[in-house]
Amino acid sequence: MLPLTTTTQAETQVGEPWLNITIFGLFVAITMVIVLRASRNNKTAADYYAAGRSFTGGQNGTAIAGDYLSAASFLGICGAIAINGYDGFMYSIGFLVAWLVALLLVAELLRNTGKFTMADVLSFRLKQRPVRIAAATTTLAVCFFYLLAQMAGAGGLVSLLLGIDDKLGQSIVIVVVGALMILYVLVGGMKGTTWVQIIKACLLIAGAFVMTIWVLAMYGFNFSALLGDAAATAGTTDILNPGMQYGGSETSKFDFISLALALVLGTAGLPHVLMRFYTVPTAKEARKSVVWAIWLIGAFYLFTLVLGYGAGALIGPDVIEAAPGGVNSAAPLLAFELGGPLLLGLISAVAFATILAVVAGLTITAAASFAHDIYANVVRKGQVDADGEVKVARRTVVVIGILSILGGIGAQGQNIAFLVALAFAVAASANLPTIIYSLFWKKFSTQGAIWSMYGGLAAALILIAFSPVVSGAETSMIPGADFAWFPLKNPGIISIPLAFFLGWLGTVLDKRVEDPAKQAEMEVRSLTGVGAEKAVDH
Amino acid sequence: MGQNPTPEADFTAAVDFEKVQQEPKFQELRRRHRSFVFPMAIAFLLWYFAYVLLADYAHDFMSIKVIGNINVGLILGLLQFVSTFAITMWYVSFANKKLDPIAAEMRSELESAAVEPQAGEKN
Repeated sequence: MLPLTTTTQAETQVGEPWLNITIFGLFVAITMVIVLRASRNNKTAADYYAAGRSFTGGQNGTAIAGDYLSAASFLGICGAIAINGYDGFMYSIGFLVAWLVALLLVAELLRNTGKFTMADVLSFRLKQRPVRIAAATTTLAVCFFYLLAQMAGAGGLVSLLLGIDDKLGQSIVIVVVGALMILYVLVGGMKGTTWVQIIKACLLIAGAFVMTIWVLAMYGFNFSALLGDAAATAGTTDILNPGMQYGGSETSKFDFISLALALVLGTAGLPHVLMRFYTVPTAKEARKSVVWAIWLIGAFYLFTLVLGYGAGALIGPDVIEAAPGGVNSAAPLLAFELGGPLLLGLISAVAFATILAVVAGLTITAAASFAHDIYANVVRKGQVDADGEVKVARRTVVVIGILSILGGIGAQGQNIAFLVALAFAVAASANLPTIIYSLFWKKFSTQGAIWSMYGGLAAALILIAFSPVVSGAETSMIPGADFAWFPLKNPGIISIPLAFFLGWLGTVLDKRVEDPAKQAEMEVRSLTGVGAEKAVDH
Repeated sequence: MGQNPTPEADFTAAVDFEKVQQEPKFQELRRRHRSFVFPMAIAFLLWYFAYVLLADYAHDFMSIKVIGNINVGLILGLLQFVSTFAITMWYVSFANKKLDPIAAEMRSELESAAVEPQAGEKN
């Protein structure tokens, strides 16, 4: 069987753009109806931010998988495995193992102590104002990087699927995606957003499952034969061994350790993932959510292993790299190879839905953080009713939507997986140390929290700005300039330990002692769940 | 709107959390929780970084073929999936058996104890 001939003909224009648009339009129409129905009961702040805490663990776990399996996971990892082989697989391991940090150390304790946002937990027993401002700042920073990645991904996907190659066409699509996302979040709040994510997760996992079985069936369910064919198509067995992407030099090997650290510690600091824990009624349901999420995400990454090597075997790294959309086109090309234009249309619609759902989740997180932390608790010092707060949240959604459309147009052509890894590095540096300290370390103080959050955020951003990612290499954002003195692409190995160190240093140097009654209250609440907010009945 | 979004926020004000924190039952809950999650977190992080370092620096070892084209690296990578699933199930069964009963008992005690004095105190 020689499938190469068909793909070579199809490489400039795959599938039928009108078919792709129709399938995607259907998805938008169906989800919009569901969002409208789900949002009829949106009244209070708990409804808008936390879906009335009414989702079950299974539903929320599926939504978490929908939130987490972004375009970078699906398109990015499939492409990375197809081209770099084993090194692409290592990404997915980091993304999965990271969930154990969330399960063991964060999810339940966070659910028991907070209301809507990460800052609720961090400022529980520390000084409200400075800690809330810092936590909202890092939340907005992480959301912004993640949003940029998704919007840039939307533009790249379009060039492949709709045959729109020029910058104007791609910009128009980014505007459409942004406008749809604003509509979903405005109308549906957290409940609508959660349903979009649940539907998308089911479609994505089902689609990947069907393709996985299909690919394996072509090799008589012999995975070793598939690997052999992938190596034969690539012309080298290196694709089965580690080191193709990161094994080149000592610097790149070290870079991989830095990336691995950011991946494994970043997940439990991602604000849009943390916020999902508030949509369930109890800590036990939060635990169930994470368990569901781990199974779904783990299964999905196993599928991407087959799909990535399948794309490598059936299409070949050279054809994938030459296709419009480059590395990210491996999964759509494989869908076309297997099921023709119809399967391509379905998989493309799923990929669009992925971007839409993730963007909606990020937007509501950023809006909640601004309205709840900055506006209600800092500007108005808590003297605002829930209606006023939700009104501000809705306005923030529009502002963030417009900003991310503009950012997405600016970020076109950037590597999606890199932008996401960046968001993970910022989350692991700026958020995770403070979360862990405030949950587990009795003496942790306000000064420690401030130093750790701002220090971690600044270190991550500064190291990125002076890394080869921004300047000094052909693949940089600014290829012409060279002001890179930091050799690694991922700052995690410096910025994460630094943030932990600053949290400790700030605490031991703090002359102010925190209120022991508040510490006792937080510890008792976090472990027993006493006084935690329950589901809102309708 | 009909419902108070934080009905519990009022009654917990009457609870002396520092006293509760010193109770043997709570100390036991905290000890059980920490003596499970901390060693487990350290163990899976060590196992993950051992894998990362092998994949990063021991290319020859990872490239040894075991069954057909399936090499040591792929098997160790898949074992990361297996260990993640196993730790998840282990923790859930531990939490259901050893943590939830104490937490639920303390929660209902605190909630019933807190409501009574509050009725007279007007807090």
